[in-house]
Amino acid sequence: MAYEKRFDGRGFEEIRPMSAKAGVIKRATGSGWFKIGNTEAYAAVYGPREMFPRFKQSAEAGVLRCHYTMMPFSSAGDRVRPGTSRRGKEISAVMERALRPAIDISDFNNSVVDVFVELPQTDAGTRCAAICAASIALADAGIPMKDLVCAISAGKVEDKLLLDLEYNEDSHENGVDIPMAMLHNSKELTLLQMDGEISSEELGKAMELIKGAMDQIYDVMKSALKAKFEVKQE
Amino acid sequence: MGEIKVKNREVVVPGETLATGMDFLPSFGTYRDGEGIIASRLGLVNVEGKVIKLVPLSGAYHPKAGDTIIGPVTDILMTGWRVDTNSAYSAVLNLKDASSEFIARGADLRKYFTIGEYMMVKITQVTSQNLVDLTMKGPGLRKLTGGRILNVNANKVPRIIGKQGSMVSMIKQYTNCRVLVGQNGVVWISGEEPEKELLAVETIKKIEREAHIPGLTDAIKAYLEANKDGIKLSA
Repeated sequence: MAYEKRFDGRGFEEIRPMSAKAGVIKRATGSGWFKIGNTEAYAAVYGPREMFPRFKQSAEAGVLRCHYTMMPFSSAGDRVRPGTSRRGKEISAVMERALRPAIDISDFNNSVVDVFVELPQTDAGTRCAAICAASIALADAGIPMKDLVCAISAGKVEDKLLLDLEYNEDSHENGVDIPMAMLHNSKELTLLQMDGEISSEELGKAMELIKGAMDQIYDVMKSALKAKFEVKQE
Repeated sequence: MGEIKVKNREVVVPGETLATGMDFLPSFGTYRDGEGIIASRLGLVNVEGKVIKLVPLSGAYHPKAGDTIIGPVTDILMTGWRVDTNSAYSAVLNLKDASSEFIARGADLRKYFTIGEYMMVKITQVTSQNLVDLTMKGPGLRKLTGGRILNVNANKVPRIIGKQGSMVSMIKQYTNCRVLVGQNGVVWISGEEPEKELLAVETIKKIEREAHIPGLTDAIKAYLEANKDGIKLSA
């Protein structure tokens, strides 16, 4: 069987519409909102602040701590148990690893930078949306970082390679889902996971698809950050 | 020959190329990557001759030697006081830097400053491990009694103070309040009339919101002039 047309009618290498905002949570040091299709993520960054519990402090450098949660009503009708889960812990951990190479918190010994991500609405690609939102929030929080981390998924349904899977494709029985995160300039890979089976040749092609999409994502994030400081005419 | 890719005073984001060519020099908030100079934080571009640096627009306060800060006492130590700096690191005010009067060994230090009291102090030293030392010896450094505390973005403090203190003296003049601004983003305000004290608070919040917009002084002057009788307290 062949996958002729995507469920939502997009082109195979077309990304769902994206929008983003910075500074959405006023009391946080920095915050970001990122929406791609029906997947939506809020991120708030607090710190650098004193690290508790104290035994987790590092005298050598600051620590990045991520917390990912989906809201109970966020998915397609099944109530998600609120709070952290096994899956949430995994995604929090891979988010930390995806974002850590971009930021420089070596001067903030014994302190922590907390990143909290909540997803009010989900339609696949949540970890990528979470990383993008967190990236905006970290920049907004004034954390020194060499680049913004952009993330998106690629994959395969039946015989077709696709960019930016939605839930129907992500959960397809012959589907492969490959979320990736990269530093936008150097294209240094900071997250690569895979669900399903794919040949190495096709994986290479999927990576190329994602590389090609980096600029689009970066531009959305960049204009969100700039819009926060735009001079408004009264 | 190098080329500047952005306008002076433009807001840039991490990863954005600011200039190309080896004849430009990266300074604070930027780094060199091959031929290019890249932004390493969110900020306003400032080009001075060949040097490109960023002026931060956001972010938490980080202690720096020479800064005058306002903070509360959080703990009493063997020979001094621990003071919150509104950053990831707390500071220590040692006995000998706090007072010129004789304090006997084992004296009850609460008699001088107790937990929760605010003080205006100066940072004398910050070590590589971010241990912070304070002094209270210097003009204007003292314990703060009465008044109210306001927290602002520490990066906006220079705009609240203004050139040679012009902005803060304008607020003082219009509102008849005593205003002290700590470089850590903590502001202390004490006034006789509540309406005018509220005007001072609202003015400082307005400066914080509009700090990066040109013509700030005139806008603030107009705002103060329009509300010079103070802001009515709502019932």
